[in-house]
Amino acid sequence: MDLVNIFIKGVFIDNMIFAYFLGMCSYLAVSKTVTTANGLGLAVIFVLGITVPVNYILENKVLKAGALQWLGDNFIDVDLNVLSLIMFIAVVSAMVQLVEMIIEKFSPALYSSLGIFLPLIAVNCAILGGALFMQERQYSTIIEATSFALGSGVGWYLAIVAIAAIREKIRYSNVPAPLRGLGITYIITGLMGIAFMCFMGIKI
Amino acid sequence: MKSFFTKQHQKLIADPMGDQNPITIQVLGICSALAITTQLENALVMTLAVIFVMTSASSIISLLRNHIPNRIRIIVQLLVVASLVALVDQILKAFLPDASEQLSVFIGLIITNCIIMGRLEAFAMGNKLWESFLDALGNAFGYGWILVAVAFVRELFGSGKLMGYEIPGFTYLYDLGYMNNNLMILPPMALVVVGLIIWMQRSKNNDLIEEN
Repeated sequence: MDLVNIFIKGVFIDNMIFAYFLGMCSYLAVSKTVTTANGLGLAVIFVLGITVPVNYILENKVLKAGALQWLGDNFIDVDLNVLSLIMFIAVVSAMVQLVEMIIEKFSPALYSSLGIFLPLIAVNCAILGGALFMQERQYSTIIEATSFALGSGVGWYLAIVAIAAIREKIRYSNVPAPLRGLGITYIITGLMGIAFMCFMGIKI
Repeated sequence: MKSFFTKQHQKLIADPMGDQNPITIQVLGICSALAITTQLENALVMTLAVIFVMTSASSIISLLRNHIPNRIRIIVQLLVVASLVALVDQILKAFLPDASEQLSVFIGLIITNCIIMGRLEAFAMGNKLWESFLDALGNAFGYGWILVAVAFVRELFGSGKLMGYEIPGFTYLYDLGYMNNNLMILPPMALVVVGLIIWMQRSKNNDLIEEN
C-alpha cells in the first residue's frame, strides 16, 4: 500500500513540473507536438526508473556516513557525502549512454523514435532532481525509491503530453502577438500548476 | 596590440541581457530560475552561485577545448561543472547555512542548468578564453536579472517584504484593507510572472515575436 502512495504522491502532489519546475527546459522546448512529447516523456520515465535505483544503491553502500561499513570496521567513520553531486551526475550520464547503446542494439525501432531525446536526457534536471530528492527524503528500501522514481516520471510524462496537446490546439486561438509561443506557454503552465495545486491538500 | 574590450566584446555581454536573454528568448536554465524566486535573498545567492560556476566552467572548458575528445565532451563538461558546483555547495553550507537549507536541491541542480551546458557547448568549445569568459558573464547576468526581477515581484506582493525586511509604507496599506497575495508565493505564479516579463520584452521589440 505504501508503494502505491509514494507513486501517487510522485505523480500528482509532488509533480516534477508543477511543484518543482524540474525539467522545464526540455518541457518547453520539446512540447510543440504530442508525438515528440510522448517520446520524450517515455524516455524520461525509463531513465528515471533506472538511474534512481542505481543512485540509491550508490548512496546507501558508498556515499552516506557509515555506509562503507561493509568494507570492514575501519571504514565506519568515512563520510563521502561531498562527492554525491559528482557521483550522481556521473551515474546519470553513464547510464544514459548505456541505455542508448542497449536500445540501439536490441530495439532499433524504439531507438529511432526516441532519437535525439535520449542524449538530451543526461542534462534534464528532472533526472538529477530525482536522485537528489531520493537522497533528501531517505527512502527506506530500494523498492520505495523505484516507486518514487516511476511516479515522478509518470507525472512528468503527464505534464508534457498535456501541454503539447494544449499547444497544438492554441494555434487556432488569437493570442496577443508578443505572447505567442513561449509567453503563453509559461502562463498556461502556471494555470495548469494552479489546477494541480488542488491535489496538495490530499493526505496519503 | 589587440584591444581587450572591442565592440564585439561589448556585444557578447550586452546581447544576453536583452535580445538574447537565456530565460526569455533562448529557453535555457528555467528549472532553477522559477523554483527559488519566492525571496529576493535566495535569488541573489543563486545568481552569485551561477555567475561563479558559469564563468569558471567556461574559462576552464575554453582552455581545455583542444584537448577534449569529441565523443566524451559532454561527460567532461558535466564533470567540470559538477566539481565547481560541489565547491559552491560546500561553501554555502559553511558560510550561509540558512540559504543553503532553503535552496536545498537547487544548488545541486546548477549542474544540469541548461544555460551552463548550453553555453559551454555552443560557445566555450569553439572560442578563446577571454571571449568565453565574457559570454559566460553576460549570460549569467542575463539569467540573474530575470531571477531578481521575478523574486522582487513575488516577495513584494507575496509577503510584503524585500530581502526579509518589512516595508514601512505597507503598514498604512494594511490598515486600509490591503492584503498580501499568498498565491504569489506558490509555484505557479512564478511562471505567470516570467510570462508577463516576456510579454513586455517582446512588445517592445517586434523582431522577437514568434509565429505561434
